[in-house]
Amino acid sequence: MTEPINQIGTWIDIIGILSSVMLVAALLIWVERRMIGIWQDRLGPNRLGPLGLMQVAADMIKIFFKEDWIPPFADKAVFVLAPMIIMVTILTAFAVVPFAPGIGIIDFNFGLLYFLALSSLSVYSVVLGGYASNNKYALLGAVRAAAQTISYEVFMALSLMGVVMLSGTFNLRDIVEAQRNGWFCLSQFLGLFLFIVAVVAESHRTPFDLPEAEHEIIAGFHIEYSGMKFGMFFIGEYLSVTLSSAMIVTLFFGGWLGPEFLPPLFWFCFKTSIWILFFVLLRASLPRPRYDQLMSFGWKFMLPLALINLLVTGGLVLWMES
Amino acid sequence: MNSFKLCIDLILSQFQTLGTVLQHTFTKADTVEYPEQQVALFPRYRGRIVLTRDPDGLERCVACNLCAVACPVDCIALQKSEDQEGRWYPDFFRINFSRCIMCGFCEEACPTYAIQLTPDFEMCEYDRQSMVYEKEDLLIDGTGKYHDYNFYRIAGKSIAGKGKGEAENEAPPIDVKTLLP
Ligand code: SF4
Ligand code: SF4
Repeated sequence: MTEPINQIGTWIDIIGILSSVMLVAALLIWVERRMIGIWQDRLGPNRLGPLGLMQVAADMIKIFFKEDWIPPFADKAVFVLAPMIIMVTILTAFAVVPFAPGIGIIDFNFGLLYFLALSSLSVYSVVLGGYASNNKYALLGAVRAAAQTISYEVFMALSLMGVVMLSGTFNLRDIVEAQRNGWFCLSQFLGLFLFIVAVVAESHRTPFDLPEAEHEIIAGFHIEYSGMKFGMFFIGEYLSVTLSSAMIVTLFFGGWLGPEFLPPLFWFCFKTSIWILFFVLLRASLPRPRYDQLMSFGWKFMLPLALINLLVTGGLVLWMES
Repeated sequence: MNSFKLCIDLILSQFQTLGTVLQHTFTKADTVEYPEQQVALFPRYRGRIVLTRDPDGLERCVACNLCAVACPVDCIALQKSEDQEGRWYPDFFRINFSRCIMCGFCEEACPTYAIQLTPDFEMCEYDRQSMVYEKEDLLIDGTGKYHDYNFYRIAGKSIAGKGKGEAENEAPPIDVKTLLP
């Protein structure tokens, strides 16, 4: 591999990956509602179509035909731009996801950094949306999102450095290959835990959904949004759940590696779906912490833990080499 | 060190929560799929209102208006009228079910058990006016939930030529004022 970036996908691949990712995100509306229903001893939407699957279409139609209202006091340009940012950043981040050998969009030597950069860029969507709405609650939500992202971003990157040290590369495909002799979820258990907490905080899902805490600040940053603009925030959240699950699988659970009798793509999708379900389970069960607890948990507990993990992994790697 | 232990405890308790919720994958949903599956309602369920009759088959309602007064949304309207013996009865009795909140206060206020709520809630209509029930819609032939109660057997009744409690085998009515201290 001489080039830092290799395009491995054709146009067909790009369109295929984009549309299947969008389809998964849309399906997640249904999956989440059904699964939370099951875990709360309810049924969830089950009327429309087989197993209620057409609920996705109904939700889509509803959201497309809702009045798309821009409040007169809002900062119009930014208000319109904000929901697009989350979609664009998360979808472009999918470019480096190694679905299977030969399936993907680009093969990038610094894929991991690229992912980290884009996933933290997506917070601009929330911050700008909250700011442009010119609403007190929206601004509160935006401020929370900014502070939360800064504190959880720090150890998100640090938690992954253990993986980078063990595999010796930032290239996601090489990281997957490096797990042939054992997935990193075993050797990097602490890193996995830290990373999961960080990505949940990054995608603003419960229990880290403080930017949109319904009970305190009504709906937070998207309080003034309606129609398809709200829908973009919504789909953006599901996209980032999908991306996070894909990254967890890539970095810690051996990506496409798995028993030979099924194609690698299957193993990747299978593991990713399990992690998506885990995200839904998180939402179904955990309460939201208080804001100051969230911050002190991030800075006083998770960050030191990440540093310890880094130190121990680094020491072990050096010791093994010598 | 203490706060470190607290953090660990907190994290472990989160995992416990996750486990407990995950176990619910295998419990049966409590949902009753209503139109196909009927709900089991209890006799005291507060649904559609009826006007009942006493065991002798006469209207229980004495048009005292207490239910109309008790109703928080003012959806009961009635007009008092008298028969030849001076017994009160409602000339019309109208409940607007599009306003009724099924609170049951009318049933509690009624001294004669005339007005009662029943376990029936399927009262959807396309036309709002169809939600207004008149006396003939409300009045049923039975006694409702209280089979033996007859208001006049307890309160006494004055008819032409006989005051309350003056007939044979009849106790004179209690003078409620004597109960005052
Ligand atoms: S149930 Fe309540 S609201 Fe309905 S008629 Fe009786 S008192 Fe009024
Ligand atoms: S229904 Fe009962 S409370 Fe209402 S007017 Fe008749 S007797 Fe009085």
